[in-house]
Amino acid sequence: MPLSSKHLLGLEGVSKKEIELIFKTADIFKEVLERPIKRVPTLTGKTVVNLFYESSTRTRISFELAERRLSADIVSFSASTSSTSKGETLKDTARNIEAMKIDIVVIRHSAPGAPLFLSKILNSSIINAGDGAHEHPTQALLDMYSLREKFGKLEGLKVLIVGDISHSRVALSNIYGMTTMGIDVSVCGPATLIPRELDKLGVKIFYNLDEAIKHKNVIMALRIQLERQKVGLFPSTREYYNYFGITKERLKSAKKDVVIMHPGPINRGIELDSDIADSKYSIILEQVANGVAIRMAILYLLSGVESSLKV
Amino acid sequence: MKVQIKSKIMDDQDLGRTIARLTHEILEKNKGHENIVVIGMRTRGVYLAERITKKLKEVENKEVPLGILDITLYRDDFRTVLKQPKVQITDIPFSIDNKNIILVDDVLYTGRTVRAALDALMDFGRPASIQLAILVDRGHRELPIKADFIGKNVPTSYGEEIRVHLKEIDEDDGVFLVDIS
Repeated sequence: MPLSSKHLLGLEGVSKKEIELIFKTADIFKEVLERPIKRVPTLTGKTVVNLFYESSTRTRISFELAERRLSADIVSFSASTSSTSKGETLKDTARNIEAMKIDIVVIRHSAPGAPLFLSKILNSSIINAGDGAHEHPTQALLDMYSLREKFGKLEGLKVLIVGDISHSRVALSNIYGMTTMGIDVSVCGPATLIPRELDKLGVKIFYNLDEAIKHKNVIMALRIQLERQKVGLFPSTREYYNYFGITKERLKSAKKDVVIMHPGPINRGIELDSDIADSKYSIILEQVANGVAIRMAILYLLSGVESSLKV
Repeated sequence: MKVQIKSKIMDDQDLGRTIARLTHEILEKNKGHENIVVIGMRTRGVYLAERITKKLKEVENKEVPLGILDITLYRDDFRTVLKQPKVQITDIPFSIDNKNIILVDDVLYTGRTVRAALDALMDFGRPASIQLAILVDRGHRELPIKADFIGKNVPTSYGEEIRVHLKEIDEDDGVFLVDIS
């Protein structure tokens, strides 16, 4: 069974079967990444363009490695060193790049819906690498994949997402994906950072961290996104830490084998105590390692769909 | 497209004898089991490789390492095939450096699968040699590849196919010539 779409714009509407297919495919690429030569010739002749309109370290390196390890030809673009600084629109940039015969576009953009927009004007497969506060599907997939690896299965897990839910594309993609996979999802954060309609997505909302943390298998701390806050939505990072920072003390009421996740980059001492981030509870580095395998799986699966559509 | 069985080329007993002979040929050529590893190609090559290692153990009383290779990621028709090929895990839990690899598959036809397997194996290390063991060679090679150990040569036409049945995944053991035109 292939994926039902030739794009990955978000996890909203992606079925359980499709997510399982992505995980099974990622298992295969994990094995490839263990080999002495971590490269397969599968996407030889395919061209991938990475359009990064927003800064990124992890996601961009992860995508580039995934593309190279599948032997695709790749071109990377960052807004600061391109014609965007001369005022070229996204539409013009994308059309011009596609005229150079490309197959897949990976895009990160500050505007929610930018990948959807591209999918309507281009023939290439579009992969969303984060669009504003909307979705970041590959991050949520690698989060769930890491949990599947840790716990064996996803169904029935209790996950708490802590922090800036309103501005977090990681949170939204995880909420869509995790509820599809049968995970019990709760969120916790300052009331100013939790969208009002969130309970409609099947999520429990907490404003008190000590209460929220009880009996959870997984705690995902989100980065405080100072760059997306035009007005101060909480008084200070110090106060945020006092109410919502993950500390050793607070973890005592969670499950014994609780797992700590963070999509990175971490603000140590604000979202997470430094020693928690480096502790045995943390699977933050496993998340990063699994990112490459998940992105290889997505690239592989989308390429196949594309070739079947052409015939 | 209708599939019609034209003839039975091997029954379960023939298959057992052929595997026994292939095993002895492998041992003869390599002067024993030392330094041999067996790698089966998905899907049916894996079960044949298992049977060969079992036989090797019976004869030499020694366990020979067994690996599984999936060549989907190395196929040359990835860009043109209609359906997404189903990729499965490769499992070679030992070093192949300086080993004599016995690569096992059920049917040798165009040689393209073997080409992909050779490329894949080279990414795992530098073996001393790779020797190809095949249950049925049906001809029509498109690449300069030949098998070192052949169960049976069966000349076929393009409208025919060889179907290998193995108890591990099929109902019975046997090799059939079928008409698909």
